[in-house]
Formats: sequence, structure tokens, C-alpha cells
Amino acid sequence: MACIESHGLRKAYGTTVALDGIDLRVEEGRIVGLIGPNGAGKTTALHAILGLTPYEGELRVLGRDPWRERDELMRDVCFMADIAVLPRWIRVAQVLDYVAGVHPRFDRARAESFLAKTTIGRTRKVRELSKGMVTQLHLAIIMAIDARLLVLDEPTLGLDILYRKQFYDSLLGDYFDDSRTILVTTHQIEEIQHVLTDVMFIDRGRIVFNRSMEDVESRYREVAVHPDQLAAARALHPIHERPGIGQSVLLFDGPDRQQLAALGEVRTPSLADLFVAVMSDPARSAQGAGQ
Amino acid sequence: MISISPMQRFYWSVRRELWENRSLYLAPLGVAALILVASLIGAIGLPATLRDGSLDPARRQELVQQPYVFAALLLMFTTLVIGIFYCVDALQGERRDRSILFWKSLPVSDLTTVLAKASIPLIVLPLITWGITVVTQSMMLVFGSARLVGSDAGIAGLWTRVSLLPMSGILLTHLLFGHGLWWAPFWGWLLLVSAWARRAAILWATLPLLAIGLLEKIAFNTSNFAALLLNRFSGGPQGSETSSNPMSMAGMAIASPLHLLTSAGLWTGLAVLALFLAAATRLRHSRGPL
Repeated sequence: MACIESHGLRKAYGTTVALDGIDLRVEEGRIVGLIGPNGAGKTTALHAILGLTPYEGELRVLGRDPWRERDELMRDVCFMADIAVLPRWIRVAQVLDYVAGVHPRFDRARAESFLAKTTIGRTRKVRELSKGMVTQLHLAIIMAIDARLLVLDEPTLGLDILYRKQFYDSLLGDYFDDSRTILVTTHQIEEIQHVLTDVMFIDRGRIVFNRSMEDVESRYREVAVHPDQLAAARALHPIHERPGIGQSVLLFDGPDRQQLAALGEVRTPSLADLFVAVMSDPARSAQGAGQ
Repeated sequence: MISISPMQRFYWSVRRELWENRSLYLAPLGVAALILVASLIGAIGLPATLRDGSLDPARRQELVQQPYVFAALLLMFTTLVIGIFYCVDALQGERRDRSILFWKSLPVSDLTTVLAKASIPLIVLPLITWGITVVTQSMMLVFGSARLVGSDAGIAGLWTRVSLLPMSGILLTHLLFGHGLWWAPFWGWLLLVSAWARRAAILWATLPLLAIGLLEKIAFNTSNFAALLLNRFSGGPQGSETSSNPMSMAGMAIASPLHLLTSAGLWTGLAVLALFLAAATRLRHSRGPL
């Protein structure tokens, strides 16, 4: 069974189309990055998956209909949005009591042992904690829930680099295993690119790119070309070209390696560069979408 | 995986409300403290009231009892106001501070949440009011007795006139049946508005009712709607309250809770409550952060 499966998922707010017929399938045990510009439909897609918003089309998450069965689904799904979501009035001990009281898969001892590594006091209120500490607290709760799907919406927004690094290290080191699936959106592409197993680009409510990271790494190459080689390089049909210092950087989809090597230094493009290339490609909707 | 019953989820949801809204018990406790200070001062004149031979016995009875009745009324008024503000914010606040995204990430249904919030004005607040009032009145009686010890007026004069046990029984039925069940449609309406309104829920809760009343007056020159609301707010079904004097303990007495329980008015009110809560649940299901 796929963890998430959708066909023709559509959502409109009035005349604004937020999701425009999304077909996707996320298998168990993957870490999927959903990446897109502001207003592309990332959060709407996540909210549909979490049963927070109604939609048209077909969507199953862990075999359930999220809109009709949100509370049952949430036994197996965890969700963490950006940091403003934990209620500010609640005390650390209270939030642990409450989750322990309502969640059948919550292991309080595990949350406590994670919190013991931080400086968060049990009697503190969320409003008294720093942004980084609130994220640590939420992460401690999530790590103590034996869930099958974890959905993260900009989880590290507003955090400094140390907290961000620690966040993904904890997630990978102490949480993730083959039976879990993680779906994450973020603008900090560079930081998660080594974490992901799959990547999807979303733009204007459509999935415009959907590949495994293995596929991405074996398939795409970029090469820095001197101006005198530029015409030869362009003849190989790069999908994107950007100016570098005294040279141009061209990005290729499935090129002939030897031909490229003759033009300049060949390397695997970063996800961020690939994202820019795909987003600025006018013919992209035909490419890469679907798989 | 341990199993968690719906009752447990409801219990924790109610506790959550009490954590968030500490004014539900802190405000009446504060008022109770003020009442006790005032009653300490009032106790000074108590021996004189009991000794004064020129007083009519009925008047004396009233003078001795009055502070206890006023204490109960003041506490009731406090929790009524607290209850209104609680309801108006109950379903809007969690959307305003975006914490609804956290609550909805847990396996608690919208219905459980709405019922837990509704239980605050329907059951929890009447019980809090009752508990605090009984303790306050008992302490007032202790203060009065302490003042009378050693004075020639004697404690008996106070204890025969103030009978706390029947008073607390009357109060409990008044609060549970009157403030809780009889006012149920009001509480449901406030919760519904709270789930619906994006801002200024208190205005949305009151102005439309006022408008309906005025429009009815203009269109038909009648005031049935206003009478309906007023009747609901100010009293029980016909004959259930012996409202001779609302400023006395007898005025609070619900003649027969059984009579109230079988009255059509109560059940109509509960049906309206159910409709409002069902609508509030639907709204909470479909609405996200503001």
C-alpha cells in the first residue's frame, strides 16, 4: 500500500486554483521533499493530506480518506507546521500530559529523555521559550509518537543554522526508519537535499517534477563553459543556462558525459540550481512530471 | 499501542480548557476573597442587629440572611460574565493563534473538542460557582460566629436564621438547571458564533439578535422574538420558579427540578443547543487558522 496516493487532486478558493489536478504516489519509507515557490500550493497540498481542508478528486493517506477520517488518521500521522503552532499559554508538562492523555502511540518516557538533552524546564510556558526551544519541544513530542507518516511544513522557519542542523540530524538519526515516511516542505533546499530520498517540485498547483534523488544525481549534470565553447555547449541542448564568473553554467538532462567533459568541469547540480532550471523552463510541464 | 477511550479524550480536552482559561476559577475566587473581606467588616455590626429589639422579626431575618444571598448573586454574576467571554473566544481563539493546527494534529475529533468546550458553561462553570459559593458562605458563617462568641447576642441567633445546607441545595439546582440546562441555547449560540466569526465575535453574538428584534418591531409591530429571548434569559418555564423576589434565596429556588425536566421549554432549548453545536462542529471541521 502506498503511504499517500492521489488522483486528480484539486482545490480552488473561489476563482484561485490552489491545486490543479495532482496525481502522486508516495511509497512507505521515503523522505520526500515538496518544493515550490511561494503560493505554489505546498501548504494546501499538505493540508489536504492532513484532512484540514476539503478537496475534489481522490486522495488516500494510509488507506484512509483524510477529510472524513482525520481523527483516526492522526493516530498514525504526525504534523508539524512552522513554530507558531504550539499554544503559547501551555506549560511544557501540560502539553506532555495532554498528548499522553489523548494519543495511543505516545511514549512519554521517550519525550522526556529527548527533553532532558535540552534546557527546557517542565514548568515553563511555551511563550517563555525561544523559537529554537519551541521547535525542540515539538520535535520531542513527535519523536515520541510511533507514527507512520510525518508531515513537516517549513519546520525550521526562523531558526538559526545550529538548530536547523540539529533538527534534521535528530530526525534522521533517532526517528527515521524504513517503516516511516516523511513529507517535508521548505525553502531551505540546500539543507535538506542530503536528507531526501525523493523530490517533487510544485508550481501553480501542479507537480512539475517528481524523481528519486538517485535518479536526479545520475541524470543531471552541469558544466561551466568558457565563452568560446558556449556555442558548442548550447548545441547539446542544455535545459538551463546561467551566468557564472567569466563563464556560463549550463545544466543538462541525461547528457553524453564524454562530450560534456570536453567542454569544461562537469559536476552534479545542486537541487537549488535544478529547481531554478525546472521552474524557468517554459516547456517543463511535459518534463519529469509523473515519472 | 495502548487504547484510549472517547471518555478519556473528552476528560483531557476539558482539563485543557481549564489550563487555558484559568479565569474560569480565578475570577470567582478573587470575587470570593473580596466578599470575605466585606463580610469581615459586616460582621462587626452583627451583634447589634441581633440584639435590636425594635426590629421586626422578618426584617431581622432578612438583614441577617442578606449578605449570604448577595454573595451568591455576586458570584453567579461573575461566572455568568466569565462564561460569556469564555464561549465567545472558545473556538475563535485557537484559530487566531494558529494552535488549531496543533490540536488537529492529534487524534481528537472535532465533536469531542466542541463538546468539551460546551461542557464548560453547561456543567463545569455551574459546579465551580457552586463550590466557591458554598465555601464562601461557610467562611462568612464562621466569621459571623467568631464575632458573636463572647457577645451577649449568642451564636444561635445567627445559625437559626442562616441555614447553609438547604441554601446550598437550592443553589446547586438553580445553577445546574437554570444556568446550565435552561440557558443551554444561549451557550450553544455563543459557541457557534465563536466558530463562525473571524473577529468581533461578541458583536456577532449580540447585534443580529438585536436586529431581528427591531426588524420584527418595524415589520409587524410585535416583539415576540424579544419576549422569547427575555423569557429564556430571565426565567424557567411557567411555574418552575417561584420568582417572588429574585433578591432572596427563595427567589432562586426551582420549585421542582422534576417539573423542569419534563417541561417542553427545556427540551426545545436542548434541541436548539444540539443544532448549534452540530453546526459549530462542522465549522471547526472545515475552518483553518484565521
